[in-house]
Amino acid sequence: MRWEVVFQPQNLALYAEGLTTTLWLLGTSLLAGGVLALLCALVLTSSSRALMPLRWLTSAYTYCLRGTPLLIQVYLIYYGLAQLEFVQSRWDAVWPWTYFKEALFCAWLAFTLNTAAYTAEMLAGAMRETSAGEIEAAQAMGMSHAKVLARVVLPSAMRRTLPAYSNEVVMMLHSTSLASAVPAITDITSAASRIYARFFLPFEAYLFAAAIYLSITFVLVMGFRWAEKHFLGYLAPQRA
Amino acid sequence: MRPGYQLLPSAPSLSGYYLSILQGAQLTVGVSLASLAVAIVLGLLGASAKLSGSAGLKGLATVYTTVVRGVPELVLMLLIFYGGTIGLNEALRWLGWGSRVDINPFVAGVVTIGFIYGGYMTETFRGAILAIPKGQNEAARAFGMGAFTAFWRITLPQMVRYALPGFTNNWLVLIKTTALVSLIGLHEMTYLARQASAATREPFVFLLFAAALFLIYTSVSLWALRWVNARYSLGTKRVQL
Repeated sequence: MRWEVVFQPQNLALYAEGLTTTLWLLGTSLLAGGVLALLCALVLTSSSRALMPLRWLTSAYTYCLRGTPLLIQVYLIYYGLAQLEFVQSRWDAVWPWTYFKEALFCAWLAFTLNTAAYTAEMLAGAMRETSAGEIEAAQAMGMSHAKVLARVVLPSAMRRTLPAYSNEVVMMLHSTSLASAVPAITDITSAASRIYARFFLPFEAYLFAAAIYLSITFVLVMGFRWAEKHFLGYLAPQRA
Repeated sequence: MRPGYQLLPSAPSLSGYYLSILQGAQLTVGVSLASLAVAIVLGLLGASAKLSGSAGLKGLATVYTTVVRGVPELVLMLLIFYGGTIGLNEALRWLGWGSRVDINPFVAGVVTIGFIYGGYMTETFRGAILAIPKGQNEAARAFGMGAFTAFWRITLPQMVRYALPGFTNNWLVLIKTTALVSLIGLHEMTYLARQASAATREPFVFLLFAAALFLIYTSVSLWALRWVNARYSLGTKRVQL
């Protein structure tokens, strides 16, 4: 074992760059994916006839994204969408195609669409399981449909989704390692791969990366444990 | 260059790429089933370690499930594939073996995926075993069954029903994880689709074809496991809320 190689300043800097990219990808894709998931969950749980085609489309979207590997989704966007002549002829000037020039954007888009599909189904499941009494009480108070959603169903459903969502966030952190399959992105995994290739030290390079991921996972799990205590305390078993 | 040699295949041979991706699908099924077998064995071992009285075994199993669920699959796979090759050769040289051994990507993939999902299966199986009333196993032992017979005849048939929802989830994620094996050079669906799209400059069709095959695989699995679930839930009382 030659751990001193990993701790050389330029290699530590490479890991730090990777860490920044990984955290950026994780944070922004969770944020955008969360917003998209909320919209999809609202469509999935709506009962209006007018939204029927949209509901069907959303179901198809979540089904396809949850049934295929994320790696293929990343490829489809990076090697597929971004290589189309239609896109490439526009990516110098015409918005929004300019983004497709960036490899990082392609990975981000794939991650966002993927996490949105999983989160939407989770949230929709929790919304459907809201107890009928709560909704009836809200309706009896004279709340409109939108108000029932905003004040009763969503706050409770989002809290009840927390335990499953914490799993999704950890899974998403691990999924960001797929960004290393796209050249020109330096996340933690590709930083490790580069150090492996340069010094031929697979154990040191990848174990160090694994330790970074493990630490982030711990921080995330602790954060969610706190959040569950804070937001879901009222559902915890009562202590005598 | 020999006459008649073509660097890029002509359009009619596109169907050849589809055929090769279909052949790659066999490898995907092979990797996933072999990994599942490893995962089930490790899961049962892990669950029994966690439920055993020994503090050492419990601690070991806890470290295993924590690490495996805290590190990305890809990093573990690269570690086992690249690190394992060097480690194995060092060990063989130390033992006085002269020639070099290469780890085959199929084996590295199966070992890694099996090892990772063994961690997830450990938790699933542990919960399922805990859901069975203790008296069942005690009664079996009172009848004179050994620990293994009691597990095989009494615990296993009953834990299937409790383990199935988690098992189904793990299996579906496992199938999708097999796509990562393409990154260590195994020529399964994803690898072949990527190669085909690079060679023909057709960005979408082959990747979509592979994606569709994955979708069929996960859908069929889901449908089959639902059927198994229905069979193992026969005779359980369902309550309408």
